[in-house]
Amino acid sequence: MKKSVILGVATIAGLAAGAAAAGTVDDVKARGKLNCGVATGVPGFASPDANGEWQGFDVAVCRAVAAAVLDDPSAVEFIPTTGKTRFTALASGEIDMLARNTTWTFSRDVDLKFEFVGINYYDGQGFMVPKALGVSSAKELDGATVCIQTGTTTELNLADFFRINNMSYEPVPIETNAEAQQQYLAGACDVYTTDASGLAATRATFENAGDHVILPEIISKEPLGPLVRHGDHEWGDVVRWTLNALIAAEEMGVTSANIDEMSAGTDNPEVNRLLGSEGTLGEMLGLDATWAQRAIKAGGNYGEVFAKNIGEETPIGLARGLNAQWTDGGLLYSPPFR
Amino acid sequence: MLLYDTRYRSATIQVIALIGFMLLAAWIITNTIQNLEALGKPVEFGFFGEPASYDINQRLLEYDSRDSHLRAAFIGLLNTLVVAVLGCITATIIGVFVGVLRLSNNWLVARIMTVYVEMFRNVPVLLWIVLAMAILIESLPAPRAFRGDNPTATMDFFNSVAVTNRGVYVPEFLFSRSLGDIHFFGTSSLRFDVSLDLIAVLVVLGGSIFAMRKVSAWATAAQESTGDRPTIWHINLAILFVPMIVLLGALGFHLGYPELKGFNFTGGTHMRNSLIALWLALSLYTAAFIAEIVRAGIMAISKGQTEAASALGLRPGRTMRLVILPQALRVIIPPMISNYLNLTKNSSLAIAVGYMDITGTLGGITMNQTGRELECVLLLMLVYLAISLSISAVMNWYNNRVKLVER
Repeated sequence: MKKSVILGVATIAGLAAGAAAAGTVDDVKARGKLNCGVATGVPGFASPDANGEWQGFDVAVCRAVAAAVLDDPSAVEFIPTTGKTRFTALASGEIDMLARNTTWTFSRDVDLKFEFVGINYYDGQGFMVPKALGVSSAKELDGATVCIQTGTTTELNLADFFRINNMSYEPVPIETNAEAQQQYLAGACDVYTTDASGLAATRATFENAGDHVILPEIISKEPLGPLVRHGDHEWGDVVRWTLNALIAAEEMGVTSANIDEMSAGTDNPEVNRLLGSEGTLGEMLGLDATWAQRAIKAGGNYGEVFAKNIGEETPIGLARGLNAQWTDGGLLYSPPFR
Repeated sequence: MLLYDTRYRSATIQVIALIGFMLLAAWIITNTIQNLEALGKPVEFGFFGEPASYDINQRLLEYDSRDSHLRAAFIGLLNTLVVAVLGCITATIIGVFVGVLRLSNNWLVARIMTVYVEMFRNVPVLLWIVLAMAILIESLPAPRAFRGDNPTATMDFFNSVAVTNRGVYVPEFLFSRSLGDIHFFGTSSLRFDVSLDLIAVLVVLGGSIFAMRKVSAWATAAQESTGDRPTIWHINLAILFVPMIVLLGALGFHLGYPELKGFNFTGGTHMRNSLIALWLALSLYTAAFIAEIVRAGIMAISKGQTEAASALGLRPGRTMRLVILPQALRVIIPPMISNYLNLTKNSSLAIAVGYMDITGTLGGITMNQTGRELECVLLLMLVYLAISLSISAVMNWYNNRVKLVER
C-alpha cells in the first residue's frame, strides 16, 4: 500500500513538473526506449520467461509499438504494475503506454483522463472453483468466499452480480495474481474470480489443472486494450494504428512468413498501403513508410501473436471465440487503412 | 536598521525565513492545483457522496455496496481503530512480560527473551505480517475439511470454536429478549447503532464494581476501628455475579454457535485470518520494542530500591509489582507513546493481507476507482494525523497523572 501512496505523491510532483512536456513520440525517440506498463505476471499475457525476457500477448503489443517507433522490438522497458498502481503510473508519465489487460470503461476513459486506443482482447469476468466443490453454476455460490484482485473492475462486477442475484458472499481482497493463487489453492477461498482469460492463464500454471473448473457464467463485458494519456493525440494514433495494423494484417493474410515477399508490392492496394509500398500513411503518422512492416515482424500478426501466447496449442488454451476476425464471426474489426 | 540592531535582529531573521517558507508552500500548492486543473482534474470532494459499489468483508456497522464512498471510508476507519486498539493492548501485555523476564535471573528465560526481542525488532514488520498470514492459510484446515462423515478436522472446545484457514469462528452472544438498538445520525454516512443490551450490561457491571469498592471501604474502616477485617470475598462475589446473572436471564442470553452451512461456517463471530495475522504480527513486533523500553525503565531504578524492599521482607514478585514498576512507569510511558503511534501507523500495511482498513478502502479501492489520488491521500494523511494526535493526547494526560510531582 505504501507504494501507491508514494506514487500518488509522485504523481502530484510529476504533474507539477511535467505539465508542459513535449510529445510522447519525441520523448520515446529521444530516450530510445519505450516505457511500457504491464502486469506483474499473468502467464500468457505478460510474464518474464526463464531468461528474464518478457513474453505474452500484452507484451507483444508493447514490442510492436517499439518496433514501429524505434525499429527495435527489444527497445522496451517493461514496468510491472499492479491493479492499483497502473493508472497512477500512466498519469504520472512513468510509463508511455499501459498494456495490462485493462478494461475500457467510461469513467476510466472520461474521468481518469485516459485514452483507450482499441481492444486487443474481448473478455468477460468468470469464476473458477475446485471440482471437488461440485458447483456447476455461479448461481450456486451463495455464501462462498471469493478471492478477488483489488483495484479492478471485477471487484465492482462481483458486488453487482451477487446483489442482483440476491446472494451473499465474503470478498477476500488481494493485491496480485500470485497471492490470489496461493490463497485459492490453500482453500482460503472457494472461488477465484477475474477475467476468464486470466483464469485460464492461472489455471494453466496449476499442478493439477484438471481439478479446477471455470464456471460457464460470464458476468460482465471486459473489453481489454492498451491505453495512453489524454491529450497527446499523435502518440495515441501511433499506438492505435499499430494495434490496428496487427489486426488488419491477419485479415489481409499478411503473416511473419510472407511479409518480406508482400512488402515488395502486391495486387492488393490496401496491403501495399499498410506495408508502405504505396501511399504515405507512415508519414502521416510521423513515422516512416515501413512502420507497419516492422510492427508485424516483431511478433507476427494478431492471429500469430494469439496462437503463440494464449491460443489452443499453448497450455493456456484459449479459443478465439469473440476474438476472431469479423469475417470469421468474431468482433475484431480494424478500420480501413486508407 | 532591523538587521543591525541586536535587539531586533533575531526576530527579523525569523520573520524573513517564515515569509520565505510560506511563499514556497504557496507556490507548491498553487502549482499543483493549476496543473491538476489543466489536466481536467480539479480538486473536489463530491465523489464521496457517490455509491462505493464495492463490498467490504469485515464491517462493524452495516454497509453494502450501494453505500457511499464516505461510508466505506468510515467502515475502514473503524477497522483501523480495531486493529490499533487490539494491537496496543496485546503489545503492552507481551512487552511488559518480556521486558521483565529479560532481566530474570533464570539464564534460559532471559536468553529466550533476548532472542525474541532481537528477532522481532530486526525484521521489517511487513515480513512478519505476510509470514503470519501464510502460516495461518497453509497450516490450518479449510472449512471443507470439517465436512463429511469422516472429517479430517473437528471443532474445538465442545464443538463451539472452529479454527479454519479463513479465520476463527467463536460463539457469539445473543439475546432473545433484546432491548434493541439506538440509532445515531439517521441515514447519513456516519450513522451507527448502539446496542441497548450492551449498555445495560456495562451499567450493571459498573454498578457492581462501585458496590464492591464500597464494601471494601467498609471492611477497611471496620479493620481500622476494631482491628479485625471482616470476611468480604463472598459478599463481593455475590455483588459481582448475582445482578449480572439476573440481567442476562431477563434479556434471554444465549450463545450462537458457528455451524458449517454451505461453503462456510455461519453464525458465531468470525475473526478473519487477515485480522488475526495483522494483529499478531503488529503486537509481537511492537512488543519487542516495548520490552526494551520496559527493561530500560526498570534498570533506571537504582538497585537500592530493590535492596530496601528486600530488607523490609518483600518477596521479589511483590518488589517488582509494588516498588519497581510504579517508579519505572515514569520512565517507560513517554517512549511508549511513540510505540503506540508506530503500531497504529504500521497498521496501514493491512492491505498486504487483505485487511480492509482505511488505507485499503479510502486509500485503496476508492482512490483507484475514482482516480482522485490527491484528495484521497490528503484525507488519509489527515485521518492518521488525527488518530495519532488523539493517542498522544490520551497518553500525555496519563503521563501527567503518574509522573513524579516535584516541588
